[in-house]
Amino acid sequence: MTPLAGCLLVSALLFSVGLAGALTRRSAILVLAGIELMLNAANLNFIAFWRFGAHPEFLTGLIFVIFSIAVAAAEAAVGLALILAIYRHARTSDVSEITEMKG
Amino acid sequence: MMRPESMSWIVRNLWLIPALPMAAAAVSALLKRSERRLSAGLAIGSMGISLVLSLMAFAEALADPARRVVTFNWMQFGDQWVQLGWLLDPLAAVMLVMVSFVGLLIFIYSLGYMAHDDNFTRFFCFMSLFAGAMLGVVIANSLLLLFMCWEVVGLTSYLLIGFWFHRPAAAAAAKKAFITTRVGDLGLLIGMVWLYGQTGTLLFYNSGAGCLERTAVAGMEAHLTVAGMAVSTAIGLLIFCGAAGKSGQVPLHVWLPDAMEGPTPVSALIHAATMVAAGVYLVARVYPLMSGSALEVVAWVGAITAIFAACIAVAQNDIKRILAYSTVSQLGYMMLGLGVGGVAVGMFHLITHAFFKALLFLGAGSVIHGCTEDQDIRNMGGLRRFMPVTFAAYACGMLALCGFPLFAGFWSKDAILHAAHGWGVSQGPFYLGAVGALLTAFYMTRQMYYVFLGQRRLAEATVSPAAVAAHEIPAEQIEPVVSARTGEVCIIEHPHESPAVTTQPLVVLAVFAVLLGFVGTPAWPWFQSFLAGESAGLDFGRFGEAGLLPLMAVSSLIVFAGLGLGWWFYGRKPILHATDPDALEKIQPGVFHALANRLYVDELYGVTVIALTRFCAGFAAWLDRWIFGGAVRIVAWMVTGVGWLDAGVDRFVVNGGFDEGCRDVARGGRLLSHFQNGRVQNYLRVIAVALVVLAAILLWGRRG
Repeated sequence: MTPLAGCLLVSALLFSVGLAGALTRRSAILVLAGIELMLNAANLNFIAFWRFGAHPEFLTGLIFVIFSIAVAAAEAAVGLALILAIYRHARTSDVSEITEMKG
Repeated sequence: MMRPESMSWIVRNLWLIPALPMAAAAVSALLKRSERRLSAGLAIGSMGISLVLSLMAFAEALADPARRVVTFNWMQFGDQWVQLGWLLDPLAAVMLVMVSFVGLLIFIYSLGYMAHDDNFTRFFCFMSLFAGAMLGVVIANSLLLLFMCWEVVGLTSYLLIGFWFHRPAAAAAAKKAFITTRVGDLGLLIGMVWLYGQTGTLLFYNSGAGCLERTAVAGMEAHLTVAGMAVSTAIGLLIFCGAAGKSGQVPLHVWLPDAMEGPTPVSALIHAATMVAAGVYLVARVYPLMSGSALEVVAWVGAITAIFAACIAVAQNDIKRILAYSTVSQLGYMMLGLGVGGVAVGMFHLITHAFFKALLFLGAGSVIHGCTEDQDIRNMGGLRRFMPVTFAAYACGMLALCGFPLFAGFWSKDAILHAAHGWGVSQGPFYLGAVGALLTAFYMTRQMYYVFLGQRRLAEATVSPAAVAAHEIPAEQIEPVVSARTGEVCIIEHPHESPAVTTQPLVVLAVFAVLLGFVGTPAWPWFQSFLAGESAGLDFGRFGEAGLLPLMAVSSLIVFAGLGLGWWFYGRKPILHATDPDALEKIQPGVFHALANRLYVDELYGVTVIALTRFCAGFAAWLDRWIFGGAVRIVAWMVTGVGWLDAGVDRFVVNGGFDEGCRDVARGGRLLSHFQNGRVQNYLRVIAVALVVLAAILLWGRRG
């Protein structure tokens, strides 16, 4: 197994765990945590493809990931704020009970 | 034509004379019903000013009898201007004074006569409109303007005859008058159009270019048309048709006696003094067009009308109807005078007649008012004692109408008979006129005996004590008596003299009825000379002219014979009961009944003209209902059918399709809305599955 394949395997596992968490958890905060896991799986991929790719001397992958982490932090802040607002409004953070937007 | 600046003020502003009463009518039309004083004040005030202006115009014509015209452009018609205008000549001046003076007196009289009418305001509005239009007819210098005013006169005549339109007889009479005069006016209209076609102008006088001036008339006389008539003769006869309709000449006289359904002042103003004279005036105005043969027709029609109506008047019992037939007869004399003697002869009788006939009608109105609206002379009698002023005035009018020597009618009628006697064509009209004069004296005597002389006959109106109290009838007019029939005590009302506002115009008119004739005697023919634009001197030697004095003696004898005959039949033995048969009826019941039924002219028209008209109308109605109406209905059915078809297609095909589509869309929406159940994780799941599928497809594709 090449180091790249090992990295991709770990990242795929991480993504699957995140996805499973986002899909199955009822608490909105845990759904958000699952999304963060999937995001970090993607970041891991960026790093792996940069490190084992054709031009590791350019810092493209690293910069990209730093941006991504910054955006993810902002997103987590907004997401948590939204969850708090929803909790205040609906007195719950159970995503299966918040169905006001159904068609 | 003179330049306007060089004319006097009155000539330039002659239009004010008809415009003022018309303006008064326009204002009164907008007034409320309760504004009685204002309306009457406007009418009388405007008429008074018109009279003053007319007198100024008269003075102007007296000072300078030359004809003066003012023309103005009215409207553009193709590349020509239609011109209208007014003129002042002695003929117009005399008529202006007559119409405005008689009109003013009758307006004042109406104040009393119509005082109790609810529609007092409307009455004065119509009367003013009439007076304005009549004055317009008089001063018009264009046949077109004359025709317009002429029609307004006809319209107001219709409105005023039907003034009490709630009475079916009045409504029918109004219609009859309007339609009958329309028959004549059709001739006038055709004549007018023909005249325009021939001369290219409808102005009477326009410094040599008018249609009555030498060039135009000579051109028309040279031109022959059907049956070898000169065009001018044919046009003259057509215009005479209009005149005959308005002036009640046989055979278009039928409307005039029925017109007496209107209020009495209307009868006096319109149907005795002025409007019916408009026809005579029209013939006098277009006299230059009337060549020899046209005048023969005029003379014969006039003579026949004179005697025909006089015969019928003998057997009438309605006080106003007798006067109406007498008017028809006198209008016949005027036409006869125009036909045989010229403008002056006919117009002189027109003027004198206007005064004494207005007097007679107003007197009759006073009598009717005094007898509580009864018009049947058989129910009167002995009114001399109750209404002395009315009696005296009426007697003056009656003697003037009969042509009693020295009264106004004597001079004017004598001039007509003298002219008829000297007529070169035929002596027929003279004899007809002479017999007519005899009959006139006879029927007026009969009327006097029935109304004023003898003793009071029945129909002393019975009034209830409440009515006495309500109307404040003076005590000397009522008298309690025991009814012979029922034995009850009832109060009877005596006939009473009318108030001063009614009797004073009578007195004024009576003075004119006596004296007016002296302006046109053979010794001092001032009137005739004035119309001709000459001056007249006093010369008793003219009585010596060939055949004049003997003729006067003969005509006086005729009058005395008529009066004597009247006395013989009606004065010798007093008429005791209203139901007594007429003295003539005892001798000749057949003739009397035929005359009383107006010689069956109305019935004759009923079975001929009216039946034909009704048949044509019925046929036209049938045609309209079944042929044209049928075609229209078939088209309508077809359109309706197409409409139904269209509606069906629309409802079931077009709408159905749309509805089905809409239902499908809604169903699809409902189905899809199940997927959007608000659970975010479901959406995520779908995305995840889609991602897996996408990945699988990509992998699969890479491998393939």
